[in-house]
This record gives sequence, C-alpha cells and structure tokens, in this order.
Amino acid sequence: MILRQTREETHEETYDCRDAFADELVRLARADSRVVAVCNDSVGSSKLGAFAAEFPDRLVNVGIAEQDMVGIGAGLANAGLVPFVCGAATFLTARALEQIKADVAYSLANVKLCGMSPGLAYGALGPTHHSTEDLSWLRAIADLPVVVPADPAQTRAAIRWAAETEGPVFLRIGRFPVPDVSPPGVPAFTYGRAVRLREGVDATVVATGTMVSRAMRAAALLEERGVQARVVNVSTISPLDREEIVAAARQTGAVVTAEEAVPTGGLGAAVAEVVLETRPVPMRLLGTRAFAPTGEPGFLLEHFGLTADGIARAVLEVLGLDHV
Amino acid sequence: MRPSPTTITAAPPGHDVTDLLPDHDAIAEWRGLRERLARADRDAAAAALAALAGGIRRTVISTIAGAGLGHAGGDLSVTDILATLYGAVLRVDPADPGWPDRDRLVLSKGHCSVALYTTLSTCGFFPAERLSTFAAPMSPLNGHPSRRSVPGVETSTGPLGHGLPVGVGIAVGLRLRGSAARTVVVLGDGELQEGSNWEAAMTAGHRGLTSLTAVIDRNGLQQGARTSATNELEPLADKWRAFGWEAVEVDGHDHLALLDALTAPHDAGRPRCVIARTVKGRGVSFMEDRVEWHHKVPDAEQARSALEELR
Ligand SMILES: Cc1ncc(C[n+]2csc(CCOP(=O)(O)OP(=O)(O)O)c2C)c(N)n1
Repeated sequence: MILRQTREETHEETYDCRDAFADELVRLARADSRVVAVCNDSVGSSKLGAFAAEFPDRLVNVGIAEQDMVGIGAGLANAGLVPFVCGAATFLTARALEQIKADVAYSLANVKLCGMSPGLAYGALGPTHHSTEDLSWLRAIADLPVVVPADPAQTRAAIRWAAETEGPVFLRIGRFPVPDVSPPGVPAFTYGRAVRLREGVDATVVATGTMVSRAMRAAALLEERGVQARVVNVSTISPLDREEIVAAARQTGAVVTAEEAVPTGGLGAAVAEVVLETRPVPMRLLGTRAFAPTGEPGFLLEHFGLTADGIARAVLEVLGLDHV
Repeated sequence: MRPSPTTITAAPPGHDVTDLLPDHDAIAEWRGLRERLARADRDAAAAALAALAGGIRRTVISTIAGAGLGHAGGDLSVTDILATLYGAVLRVDPADPGWPDRDRLVLSKGHCSVALYTTLSTCGFFPAERLSTFAAPMSPLNGHPSRRSVPGVETSTGPLGHGLPVGVGIAVGLRLRGSAARTVVVLGDGELQEGSNWEAAMTAGHRGLTSLTAVIDRNGLQQGARTSATNELEPLADKWRAFGWEAVEVDGHDHLALLDALTAPHDAGRPRCVIARTVKGRGVSFMEDRVEWHHKVPDAEQARSALEELR
C-alpha cells in the first residue's frame, strides 16, 4: 500500500481546543453574570484557572464527585444561572449518566455539560481514562444535543451557541492537537448542520472532532489514486444532519465514518441508521473497537487505524479497490 | 476473554503484550524478608521495612522520570503503606497470584500504579526490569493498573471511588466461601468525596465485615488543591465510626504504627478504617506537600536530586 502520510509530514499548526474553550468561557462570563462553572477537582485539566482568577465566586469545585457535580449543575440552572459543568469526558459522562438523563435532559435543565479531553486523549493513562463510549451513551438520551467541535473556531462558536440557547447540551472539548479545518467565510458552527469540507463523487468520509483533519488528508491521498472523496464534518452528532448524510449516500454511493470513539452507537451508528433507513450503500465504520493497549494518543490512533492512511484504506476497501 | 475468578489472565487476543511471569529469584528474596520479619524485634522490623520502602521510592522516581508519566506525589505518600502490607501483612503468593485464599489488596487510588507495580515486582509477581516499560507502547504496565495484564492486580482501577465497593464484594464473597482471607482497600483522601465510598461503607458496617480494612492515605492534598479547601472531610474518623466501623489514626510513614494498625484483631463485627496521616511527595524535599507534584514528572536533574535525597 503506497498510502502513507504521517502527522510530522503535514507541518500544520495544531491547537488544543480546551484553550479556545477556556478563553471563550471567560468572555461569556464577562458579558453575562449568569455564566458559572462547575468542576470536579479539575480546575487545571478543564483549563478553568483564568475563570477562577477572575470570577472566584462563580466557580463551584465540588471535588471528586461527578454525580454531585451534575446534580448541582441542574440546581444552578433551576436557580436561573447558566452552568458550564466541566470534567474529564469519561468521568462526567460515565459516572453521572443518570444525572445527565434525569436531572439535565429529561428535566430540560439549562446545563452545558463540557466533556474535556475525550477519546484517546489520555493516552497511556489507559482505558479507564479514555472517553470512547460517551457519544454512544449520550446519543441515546433524548433532548440532549451532542456537539463535537473539530477545531478552535468551531469550539468558540459552539460554546457561544450553547450559552445563548436555553436547554441542555453536551460539548465534547478535545485535547488532542488539531489544525484549523473550518473554511473561511462560512459560520464555524451551525447547530444541527454538518459542513461539507470537500466535494467528491466516489465516496464520502463522514468525520467528527479529531478525525476531520485526518479525513481531509485521506481525501488528498485518495486523489493521488484517482478517487474523489467527499469530506463531511459532523459537529452535531445528535441531532444528526440527516439531509447531508442522505445526500452523501445518494450522490457518492459509499460512506466511511471516522471518530475517536466506539462506532457502536456513536457517529458511525448514527450515520448507518440514516443510510439504512433511506439509501443503503456500502459503509465502513472506523473507530475504537476494543479497549486500547498502552500508548500515547498518537500511537493509539495509529493502532486503531484512525489516521489519514487508515481512512483512505477504508475508502478503497469500501469501493472494492483495495487490491488494485 | 474474561478473567476467571481465581486466575489472572494475560491480555485478550490481539493485544501484543508479553506476559508478566513470576520472578522466582525475587520471590525467594521476598520470602526471606518475610521470614526475617516474622522473627525480628521491633527495631529490626522497622529497619527492614524502611529499607524496603526506600528501595520502592527510588524505583518509583526513576520509573516515572523514565516514562515521562506518573503521579509521584501520591506514589510517595502511599509507599510506606504498601511496603508494610506486602512486606509484613498480606498473605499472598507471587508464584500463584490467583491462589483462592490469598489476601486481597485493592489499590483504589489507581493513579498511583507505579508504587503498586514497584511493590508487586519487589515481591516477585513479575521481574523488576519490566518496570522500565511502564506506559510504553503495548506495555502491560498501563498508567492505571489493569487486572487483564498485571498479576497481583485484583481489579482494574483509575476512576476514583471504585475500590471500596469492590472490596466489600470481595469480603462478602470470601466470607460466603468460608475463606479466612483478608481484604484491604487503599484509598486516597480526596477520593472519599465520591459518594460510592459511603454507600460501600454503609454496606460493610451493616454486614459486619470484620475481614475488611480500609486504609486512607490521608495526605491532605488532591489533584488541584488541598482536600480541606475543596471539600472538607473532617471529622473523618467519626464519619467511619458513624457507619459502624472502628477507626484508628496513625502516622502513615511509621511502619510499626502501620503494622500494629493493620494486624491488631478487629472488634467483633466491625470493619476497620486506618486513617494514615501521610505527606504527599514524602522523602523528596521539593515534592513534599506540594500540590503540583500530584502529576508533575521530574526532569533529569530533579530525578537525580530526588534519588540523591532518597539514598
Ligand atoms: C472519578 C474520577 N474523577 C476524577 C479523576 C481524576 N483524578 C485523578 S487523581 C485525582 C485526585 C486524587 O486525590 P486523592 O484521592 O487525595 O489521591 P492522592 O492525593 O493520594 O494522590 C483526580 C481528581 C479520576 N481519576 N476519577
């Protein structure tokens, strides 16, 4: 296989989306005194240091107590505040799933759940710290928008949207370094809408979060093989932009999904459901399909084939071109 | 592949990890230490345990510095507790980690895996050389202890607040099976903010689990701040007593005090909580009681001076 391009060869500037998150949250808090933050002994890892320095009274650090944290968030919302509840995505979602369902989503509480450092970001801290099931779990909960920004611009725009919009929302705030992918001239984030980043007629790569820039590089690699792949950035996993997915299936005839999570129930399953119900076409669902071995995030992405090369291979496979 | 209740399995297929096999030389040495300790007077026992703990501390520092990952502060605060448990208290067999009647140690504060790995390898559960693979690609020694790949690890930990419920289950199960084996759960103090601990404490008290001991590594710090500044825990001993436990407070760096607290017979029908007052980063002056050393990694120069201090 000649498809081969590592991150080192791309020379792109990359960003930790938590920085955009932290900065935007402080701006929001300056403009709106209802904005408060809640965290679980995670001031540092949620990047709330600047917020805490400027608004010490508006940060509730409950300690290591995620169920408490989400319940308190729901209570703060009830009292008329706009809480951003921040914690490592895995502990926030797994530990407090029932609070998220009952206290936040079912109660329509105006809580902004911020899952930090999701996917494989914690690398060698191991599977207990990898938030790879969060998309599946949260997507199953009704009335809970699940938003996964792919770069700093989307992160800022998604947080502003969340603050302005009444109701629950989950934001997955990445730590793994990502380049800018948002095209200039279009709004960086529109709730419920996927963004077509590249046109193509042979297949579509539907990606989210960290996988979006990799999908773009995969498309470039495929072009060298004469394959025109469309790339779609899904930043709202739930509710999914059905129209864009149906168009992808109808117009390109093959779909590959890529996410830093288990595809079972996550983006892959979401896209597959729409494709199956509307326009069945061959698909490949890329993601983490096992507990990860030991290793750094970049190594683990390679391990699971979540690279430009891996995505390109999956496209060739789904087109039946892998042996050409 | 699921681990059966009494055997520790290697990682499931597809994971290219090399098994961690017992180190028979280290086991013989550890057994020798246990025999000497059983016959030693208190001064000699204290000296032997201090030497054991000192060796573990040095290896903790070099392992973390080598890997570029770890939680030095909490590793160094819990070291004397683990050294006392494995050096003189727990009835385990490193050559047969799944021995059904072994005493169980659950490290609930799983981020301190390096202290546990080092202690386990010192007893011979696996060769000490393997510690240098900690956190490296495909190593069985992940950042948090995994029951799948590390012999001697009873349950995979990392998310805080899991150890005590599992420990209660082990203690109930062993009692049902008629085993006299003991269960010891080592917890962080910040970790006690998780409500699951108190649910488990209630069950243990209610069921009168005499074979269960919780050891709190009471270093007063958590990840980002002092525990007292985050969520006050005091009066901590009274809380455990109110849940039907006996509670004792000891100096968590005094091996003999720990030994007494961990071996004295329990009050009938009461689990015991040992609140071990410790210092995070103990033994390395620039780490002691400093919150940033929760998960800061020493650079080469810091590691060198830490090892110097620990000599
Ligand atoms: C459920 C959960 N929430 C958050 C964390 C992140 N975390 C890892 S260690 C730690 C602080 C632990 O403090 P403590 O229990 O006092 O341990 P020690 O100070 O002895 O290291 C936190 C918040 C986690 N591992 N699990």
